[in-house]
Amino acid sequence: MSGTPKLIHQARWNEPVVMEMGVKGRRGIVFPRPETDAAALVPAGMRRRQAPALPEMTEHDVLRHYLHLSQQVLGMMGVSLFGTCTMKYNPRVSEALGLRPQMAEIHPLQDDSTIQGLLEIVHRFDLILRELSGMDQFVFQAAGGADAAYTHTCVTRGYFAAKGELEQRNEIITSIQAHPCNPATAATAGFKVVTLMLEENGYPSIEALKAALSNRTAALMINNPDDMGVYNPQIVEWTKLVKQAGGLAFYDHANFNGVMGRIRARELGFDACMFMLHKTFGGPKGGGGPAVGAYGCSAELAPFLPKPIVVKDEATGLYRMDHDRPDSVGKVREFLGNLHIVMRAYVWARAMGGDGIKEAADLAVLANNYMEKKLLAIPGVARSNPEAKTWRMEMTRYGLGPLKEETGLGVVEVGNRMTDYGIDAPWLSHEPWVVPEPFTPEAGELWSKEDIDLWCDVLAKVCDEARSDPEMVRTAPHNAPIGRVDGEAPEDPARWATTWRAWQRKRAALAQQAAE
Amino acid sequence: MTAHPWMANSVPAIKEAMLRETGAPSIEALFEQIPEAHRTQHAFNLPPALRSEVELRRHMLQLLAKNRSCEENLSFLGAGIWQHHVPAIVDEVAGRSEFLTSVWGTAMSDHGRNQAWFEFCSQLGELVACDFVGLPVYSWGCAAGNAIRLASRLNGRRRVLVPAWMDPERLAVIRQYCEPEGMASHIAVVTVAQDATTGLLDLADLRAKISEGVTAVYFENPSFLGLIETQGEAIAHLAHQAGAQVIVGVDPISLGVLAPPPDYGADIVVGTTQTLGAHMSAGGGAGGFIASRDEERYAREYPTLNISITTTRNPSEHGFALSLAHQSSYGMREQGKDWTGNSVYLTAIANAVYMSLMGPEGFRELGELVLARSHAAARRIAAVPGVAVRWTGGFFREFVVDFSGTGQTVAAVNKALLARGIFGGKDLSADIPALGQSALYAVTEIHSPEDIERLALALEEIVR
Repeated sequence: MSGTPKLIHQARWNEPVVMEMGVKGRRGIVFPRPETDAAALVPAGMRRRQAPALPEMTEHDVLRHYLHLSQQVLGMMGVSLFGTCTMKYNPRVSEALGLRPQMAEIHPLQDDSTIQGLLEIVHRFDLILRELSGMDQFVFQAAGGADAAYTHTCVTRGYFAAKGELEQRNEIITSIQAHPCNPATAATAGFKVVTLMLEENGYPSIEALKAALSNRTAALMINNPDDMGVYNPQIVEWTKLVKQAGGLAFYDHANFNGVMGRIRARELGFDACMFMLHKTFGGPKGGGGPAVGAYGCSAELAPFLPKPIVVKDEATGLYRMDHDRPDSVGKVREFLGNLHIVMRAYVWARAMGGDGIKEAADLAVLANNYMEKKLLAIPGVARSNPEAKTWRMEMTRYGLGPLKEETGLGVVEVGNRMTDYGIDAPWLSHEPWVVPEPFTPEAGELWSKEDIDLWCDVLAKVCDEARSDPEMVRTAPHNAPIGRVDGEAPEDPARWATTWRAWQRKRAALAQQAAE
Repeated sequence: MTAHPWMANSVPAIKEAMLRETGAPSIEALFEQIPEAHRTQHAFNLPPALRSEVELRRHMLQLLAKNRSCEENLSFLGAGIWQHHVPAIVDEVAGRSEFLTSVWGTAMSDHGRNQAWFEFCSQLGELVACDFVGLPVYSWGCAAGNAIRLASRLNGRRRVLVPAWMDPERLAVIRQYCEPEGMASHIAVVTVAQDATTGLLDLADLRAKISEGVTAVYFENPSFLGLIETQGEAIAHLAHQAGAQVIVGVDPISLGVLAPPPDYGADIVVGTTQTLGAHMSAGGGAGGFIASRDEERYAREYPTLNISITTTRNPSEHGFALSLAHQSSYGMREQGKDWTGNSVYLTAIANAVYMSLMGPEGFRELGELVLARSHAAARRIAAVPGVAVRWTGGFFREFVVDFSGTGQTVAAVNKALLARGIFGGKDLSADIPALGQSALYAVTEIHSPEDIERLALALEEIVR
């Protein structure tokens, strides 16, 4: 242990809700006076009668308000080992490039000749992903990893419709450890979902897969390694079995960081895969997008991809968007996708290079196993799949089950208290919780040994506090912008309010009820 | 090798120290789970690394220099992404590292972000006059698709009526979300004709197609062709009589001057968030929203993440926490409402800043300016010999320019405009052949009277 962790204190501005701010008549922005009267230009009855009740503030006051809010965000400002999301450095050179007019002020319907640089970036990055995965074509239309999973279900429908098997092949197989977006997008696309359970080694058995496969199987959608850090060594047999059954194998490469530069999805027998450019490839999280799920597939599936596809004419060296794709499943989102994020991913890949990408995987797996030693030394911490004795991949799932049994305090309370030390609360687990009181740290290649040591020291300290001063941990956080929130009101129809106007109305109704 | 600026532990001594702690003989040994046969036998042929920001930036600037932007040129493109002014402080706030990099956190430690999200929903709720607003979805088309599926879950019906002259991009997304024929849960997408004289929805065709089997009637204001649909009340009445939901798609930037959809009977409102302070970014600015009355039966079908105001341990403060998260796919996997994942939440913060700056007067002024400038542009273009404007009034921002009388195709006109540094309107000839050689022109507050004159003079030269 490297020392005693120190408490921090977050900014606390007591900032009002913006709807309460401002004074009638103040202006944040003004516009030129129209050359002609516009009053008569709105058809009768379509004119807005009551002005929207928006705040009336100066530009300076709006700026300060939102700066205050930004200062009340811990996120990556401390140490965030937020597992499954692969926290990376987001190069600010990309942010600056993203605001240049040649990126920000581009309309998606411009003539191809005016966006040659953009199309070249897309094509170059497509080639990089092909090289990393062995796939034959990528598209970037999906606006996140889940949207890329959805893209796969759409491509699957197109592929089997062309074979006349769409009605017959109505099942998609996944595992309980696969991200919820896999079963959820399969169901949204109209498929029945078959979920395989984990066995002792940490992954479902071949026998369970065989029992699930049939002539109704459309696809397997699975990640590997999973969020426990367990790599399924039988994955090649899995993809073979799926193929024999006539289905498609889709690799959810959300956990690519530990295997990049060592394996290729296509060589493992997968027909398609997706990468999350906002995690593995250095795009900013943004609190949840704009993001990109890059979806790649084999030449056999490529005709069914959403359109358009960016292609290069090797004879002229010019790039264009190919809309003439008769078998395409159409669109999953308007236009070409979040190309400003593709640009950032390209920047990341070029700054890393092949050696850098492999080194990042090395460091990610090294950091995780380094961390494991330290975490398992903390009383109260357990590891998922204790039978699996091998080194884990880039992350491991742990649990505070033993601490909870001893103190009654679990991972939510501990996570809240960790923020008092400047540590972003850890990712727990997707539902269902297979491990009691789960948490999933992932250091990746970004965080330094010192950061990792601090993280572990804080967890150890908070576990001690759970024994020595449980009330203090139970009521944490104490150094955040606000005290612990009431999570029940947002589930109560009489009290939830996603807008200020709803809250005003409900608050008045509750007050009246109380008065009566 | 020199340590990489983005990898703290790439210092050899640190690597060795960490490895020693694990007890493994080598880093390679830590990968023991991956069977030898799974490892690739083919080297990765990737372009050379540009580790120095000096050369990396230079390389990117060379690539970007091959683009021609709407800033250096004069663009009249709209049709789903629009060039509006983005105030400087929007970029300042959306670029703040705290917002840019936050991932999930807690309602307390990331309080500021959650509050900004709530303020996005609250301000948008004022514009669209809805009490329940979800956090944003990927795009307008995705929002419409989600809303149609939501309606179908509410009333169990499987047919949706949409306008015939819809944005083909948006319609393609809606069709995807409604699932192809052959799927058991397919929702049939049926188009309702538009009146060739007014451009508005053909109520006779709507009457012919509405039935007890229709889950929802979807229409837009302004429509894809820019027209203000004035028959909202009649459409809503017909839909409600048949027990169907009324879903209206809007661009909220128009709502300083146009009536919000619930005023004429909308049950669910969807639309774009791009115009509220997001750069076009080649389509990356796209974002969508779903809003409705705050009724439990609607709220319990939302596929979005939702953020609710709530109390905290301290009586004097508010907090903002997730609401109804369990009904999402995060809570219920395949039983959840559609699916939920990363969306455009940073854009939502940009939108919140934009709406706070605008206020009620800003939206009114901007709306009137866009009305005035776009109508002035339509009048001026209609004065070009051989060029006609299909509907000379009753539109917001966009209007249809018909080049059929010039004997030239839109493609030819646009090519000639491009040579003069002007991006002409979107070519409609393939998508809506009934309109002949027509293009959709967008004019916003960024277009000055001089810009409009420059376009008109260029057109006069081209069609001469």
